[in-house]
Amino acid sequence: MAEPRAAAPLHSQAANGFLRKYVFSTDHKVIGKQYFFLALFSVFVGMILSWLMRIHLAWPKTHIPGLGVLSSAGAPGNVMTPEYYLSLLTLHGTLMIFFVLTTVPQNGLGNFFLPLQIGAREMAFPRLNMLSFWIACASLAVLLSTLFITDGPPISGWTAYPPLSAVGTAAGPGEGLGQTLWILSIAIFCIGSLLGSINFIATTLDLRTSGMDLTRLPLTCWAWFITAVMSLLSFAVLLGACVMLLLDRLGHTTFFVPGGLVLNDYVISPSSAGGSPLLWQHLFWFFGHPEVYIAILPGMGIVSHVLACFSRRPVFGYKSMVLALGVIGFLSFTVWGHHMFVSGMSPYAGLAFSALTMVIAVPSALKTFNWLATIWRGTLRLTTAMLFSIGFVSLFVAGGLTGLFLADPAVDAYLHATYFVVGHFHLVMGAAALFAVFSGTYFWAPKLFGRMLDERLGQIHFWITLGGVYCIFMPMYFMGLEGAPRRYSEFTDRFLVPLAPFNRFMTIAALITGAAQVIFMFNLIWSIFRGRKATENPWEATSLEWSGNLGARPPVVYRGPYEYSVPGEAEDYIMQDFPKVAKS
Amino acid sequence: MASRVAAFPGSKSLRDNFDPGRDGAGGGGIEHDHGGGQAPGGPIPLHTYYTGLWLVLGAIVMFFAGLTSAVVVRKGISSDWAVIALPRILFFNTLVLAASSFLLERARRQLRGLPLGKDVHLGSRLGAVLLLGLTFLVGQLGAWRDLAERGIFLATNPSSSFIYLLTGAHGFHLFGGLVAIGYAALRAPSLTASIRGRTLVDVIAIYWHFVGILWIYVLALLTLKM
Repeated sequence: MAEPRAAAPLHSQAANGFLRKYVFSTDHKVIGKQYFFLALFSVFVGMILSWLMRIHLAWPKTHIPGLGVLSSAGAPGNVMTPEYYLSLLTLHGTLMIFFVLTTVPQNGLGNFFLPLQIGAREMAFPRLNMLSFWIACASLAVLLSTLFITDGPPISGWTAYPPLSAVGTAAGPGEGLGQTLWILSIAIFCIGSLLGSINFIATTLDLRTSGMDLTRLPLTCWAWFITAVMSLLSFAVLLGACVMLLLDRLGHTTFFVPGGLVLNDYVISPSSAGGSPLLWQHLFWFFGHPEVYIAILPGMGIVSHVLACFSRRPVFGYKSMVLALGVIGFLSFTVWGHHMFVSGMSPYAGLAFSALTMVIAVPSALKTFNWLATIWRGTLRLTTAMLFSIGFVSLFVAGGLTGLFLADPAVDAYLHATYFVVGHFHLVMGAAALFAVFSGTYFWAPKLFGRMLDERLGQIHFWITLGGVYCIFMPMYFMGLEGAPRRYSEFTDRFLVPLAPFNRFMTIAALITGAAQVIFMFNLIWSIFRGRKATENPWEATSLEWSGNLGARPPVVYRGPYEYSVPGEAEDYIMQDFPKVAKS
Repeated sequence: MASRVAAFPGSKSLRDNFDPGRDGAGGGGIEHDHGGGQAPGGPIPLHTYYTGLWLVLGAIVMFFAGLTSAVVVRKGISSDWAVIALPRILFFNTLVLAASSFLLERARRQLRGLPLGKDVHLGSRLGAVLLLGLTFLVGQLGAWRDLAERGIFLATNPSSSFIYLLTGAHGFHLFGGLVAIGYAALRAPSLTASIRGRTLVDVIAIYWHFVGILWIYVLALLTLKM
């Protein structure tokens, strides 16, 4: 148990034994790191899957040594079958969305830094916190187990649309046990996310230290808080949908299975006149659209935080930044239909979804301009963390603007399910969110590991990755405009043949960019053990996680989170717990 | 907005009542989470349990909202939606659940009415609530059996799928409440009229009432749609 010692830092706990300390820990810092490394593992698996797919796309039917070992049915003679391509695609998407983008910006970094930044000793429910993590682990284990069953992972993509996902093996390899395990995995993940979000919200509402008004919360905390609210509301709906899909598969109900269906020469005869696959789409995207903001909002918080610190300027328009986060969070629940423009929905409904989607451009643009205004005429310190944050803004714009194209039902009718969409969401949600995570990792490494990450390696890592992601994803826009459909394993149709050089270029870029992540891994591992020891506040930042003088007493907050370059002050930063003194 | 730091005595809190600093007896049912809360080694501020509870209820509401939309859509597109007479026992079960809520509320108010530090004997009351709750669950299984005897199974018709799904999902959440009541009943001998004890019984009672109201909602939905 924790011993209250006068000199003990506020956030250290002496837990007994290795298991309690590092494995089944209730310490938010340990849990945060556990999530961090869980996501790091997942992102590397996901990246290797994308390599396999990209190699197959660039050189169709090529031999990929070792692939046959992974699945003899999916890759006979080490050549990927189209079905196995879809299996890997499903696993790649699921890993990246759930176990990387949902996990690390919120549960990883958030768990570690939310209590520190609000001056709380712990998350509100530490045991629940531990449970959330282990539920996420169980979910990952169930998901990855699909790789090792004869059936293989499902082929229905991360959105698992019925009827493919609902009718069993008739729909193809992977749609038997693999699909059942996938749904189970996601249902388990939903429960873990719900518990996690309850913890985040309760902590933010109830455990803020003295003086930490809502208007003094760092934007990171605001982002984590709003993200948690979105998780709470959306994962519950996905859980319900998963239960129904499982019942369709195991209990032969017909929530989502339509009547009159013939699949791969099998006649599917449902027990009723037939259900609605569209119902799944509605339920799924009611979760799915908030989910993409769940992935990006914490990144927005981190970037706002980092940009202010390394520009030595307060965040421009703090209140409007909070408002924008809230508006984006709210609107995310009203726009799910824009994923379904081509599903035959009423044009009037499409118009409403389209208009609401375009409205999201307003708070998004507001945030972008505020970020630019924050660094404008600032005293820039171009650390790796800062570069990744600037990179985030760049990717957010490059990926986000194309969202406006897709928000138009008429344009979407052409671009739907093409590489244009793939490029859009990879840039704005995938690459941008990962850049924010990189930024946060370089920024907070002194707190996470007590050591600085190497700056020179960091800068190399940044420039290769920035160039790399643009080389991988920008050509996708052009391919999409040419009509290249997503989820095709081979581009051998006549009109797609001219695009083959694009694919080879993107694949080579992906291999190089992926290899550059080894620099990051080396930097991380080397620095954890051998890196320069960090001082208490190496970046001269203002928020509480950098406040070194925390004894057994909780800190008291006297000022806002971004008091940089305050006129008339000796230092160019004032920490939040620095008392206000009367000017002489 | 004023800052709220419930863990420190004297600070502003939405529910200063539940400030553990004033929780003299401390003998109630909720365990101290390991190292949780604000002050080093101190407990979680008790009102946080209420916050957590409301958030849990919010998630459950969303879960059932999702299922409700599914009922509406699935019925709307069906050409073969069968009208199924609900088993009579469901209405009996409803009365049982209402009685259990009533008893639990009596226990909650009894605890609230006592001065801090006094011993209370809620064991028999909580035991009765537990029994009624179990009766409800057994009654729900009876309803399933009644349906099965009529040849109505999960996959017989979209409407029967929803009967099983909604009663099952509700029963699952109710079972969670039963576990909590069982926990409180086991703790009952050491329960005193403390803030901590009140919090425990409050949180459980609110959840139990919620599950009761949720049942009325499910029943109304099924009645309207069948």
